[in-house]
Order: sequence, then C-alpha cells, then structure tokens
Amino acid sequence: MKKIKKIKIRLNGKEKKIAYNYKIKNLINDLKIPLKKVAIELNQEILDKKKLNRIKIKKNDKIEIVHFIGGG
Amino acid sequence: MEKDKFIIAKKKFNSRLIVGTGKYKNMSECAKAVKLSGAEIVTVAVRRVNITDKKKPLLMDFIDPKKITYLPNTAGCFNSKEALRTLRLAREIGGWKLVKLEVLGDKKNLFPEMIETLKSTEVLAKEGFKVMVYCNDDPLMAKRLENSGAKAIMPLAAPIGSGLGILNKVNIKIIRNQTKLPLIIDAGLGQASDAAIAMELGCDGVLVNTAIAKAKKPFEMALAFKNAVLAGRQSYQSGRIAKVLMGRASSPKKGII
Repeated sequence: MKKIKKIKIRLNGKEKKIAYNYKIKNLINDLKIPLKKVAIELNQEILDKKKLNRIKIKKNDKIEIVHFIGGG
Repeated sequence: MEKDKFIIAKKKFNSRLIVGTGKYKNMSECAKAVKLSGAEIVTVAVRRVNITDKKKPLLMDFIDPKKITYLPNTAGCFNSKEALRTLRLAREIGGWKLVKLEVLGDKKNLFPEMIETLKSTEVLAKEGFKVMVYCNDDPLMAKRLENSGAKAIMPLAAPIGSGLGILNKVNIKIIRNQTKLPLIIDAGLGQASDAAIAMELGCDGVLVNTAIAKAKKPFEMALAFKNAVLAGRQSYQSGRIAKVLMGRASSPKKGII
C-alpha cells in the first residue's frame, strides 16, 4: 500500500499530523465532533460550517475547534 | 405579578435570575441547580473542544439550549480583540446574537477594563450583536455604554466571586434612575439577601454563579436565590415606606385602657 504523505498542523494548540489532501470536513469526521455544537477557526478566520468540504488544509495551518462549557 | 416579564433585546423571560454554569462539581450538579433556580438564561464560556478525550460530557447534553437561553460570555478575555473573537465564534456555534461582554483588565480583582469594553460594545452592536455588558458601577460609564448600543447594563456588585454583596448601592440607584435599559447586577453576590437588595434597588435582574455553585448546599442556595429575586422584585414594586428617625406606633391610641 502506498504511504500517504502527511503534513503538520496545529489543532487546538497541539501539533497534529494529517494526510496532505485532507479537507476540514475529513478532520471533523475523524474526530467525530458534532458539528452543530462547535465553531471552527482556520488561522483566526471563522469558517462557514456548510463549506467545510471545500476547504483544504495546508501545512502549518492553525485550526481551533471550540464549544460551550460551563462558565460565569 | 403575572405580566411582569423580564425583557432583554425584545426577548421575554419569566425569571429575573440569570445563573452562571461554572465552578460546579460536575455537569449534572450544574443542571440540577439551574433547574431549581428557575433561571431561563445561563451564561456559558467558549473554550477549545477536548480533542483527546471525546467521552467528556458536553454542556449541551445537560442543559438544552432550546429550553434555556445560552448567554455566551467572554470571561477570561483581557482585551477587545480576544472578546470579539470569542463572541464571533459563539455566534457561529449556533446563531447566538444575545451575548455577554466581559473584558477584564485586572487579574487580581477581575475588574472590567472599561475602555476596551466600550470599544468592543460599539463594534459588536454594529455587527448586529445584542450585547449585555459587564461593567463597573460607574454611572458615567454606564451611560456611555448605553450610547454605544448596549442592550443591558450589568454593573458588578463587588469583584467576581468575592461574595461581598452590593458595595455601592448609591451608584446602582443612580444608574437605575438614568437608564431604561435592563439593569442587571453581575458578580460579587454572596447570599440570597444580596439578590433581594439588588431587586429592591430597582434592578431588572441579577446574575449569580459562585454564590450558588460554591455554597455548601448548591441546590438549596439556588432555590434561595430564586425566592430572593421574587421577594426583592415584589418589594420594589410594592413601594416601601419612607424612612423616619423616630418611632411611630403601629397600634391606634384610641381605646387604650
């Protein structure tokens, strides 16, 4: 089997390796994150959740996935 | 009393108590306390999803945002840029436009940084947010926030989590008299009577987190705050007697034996 090339990104402040041809949607699917309960930021720009399968992840991209937690 | 609705940015609520969802032992304790408090609005924080532990419970599984209004808060933000980023993300999660702005300037006392708060209020209002603003108990600043498009003024009673109760009743009263916007005491309450005092000063609501979450019996304290807010509101609407520096007998003199 041919080895898929991987790229480094930063996801929620931590380094992660993903396949070079990944779209944001692939990443979210892998993480099994309920899309309705989160917001996603790519290099400090908020992404439209309807367009995640169009956005390709590039090397060194910074991705933040946030949700609501308890707070005052 | 039935028609006495709590209205924020044209949205009507029955309960005038807003509760925070932080500092509880776990989510089920938080959800039960919220239920007992009768609150229809809860503040929530925006934070990173835990990528490594996917089994970690989600707040939305315990408190249904369809039944209870989530009020995203910018707690932990120390400048306008961070606060704007947080609230824009919050809006993206599910269309939340009603938000609480809290820009802190002082890590020790957690006092609000009012210049940054004012700047953020202007930007958010222009972007269509309905901004409820945590602020100092300063009537002049409260006025400026109002002029910048705030939908509710939320002065502190005392430093966040301090439990000191309302330190400057005069200023709160002055702010009350100058604004028609919802006035909500936010931060620093310690016990139920503090909430009653806030309501008696004419505030439209109170926001409580630590005083309930960290009470020895959070569920009982949630109930106590619920009752105190109701009592305080009724007392305010009933019109208190004037204060006089002398005794006035309650029983008639006529017919004394």
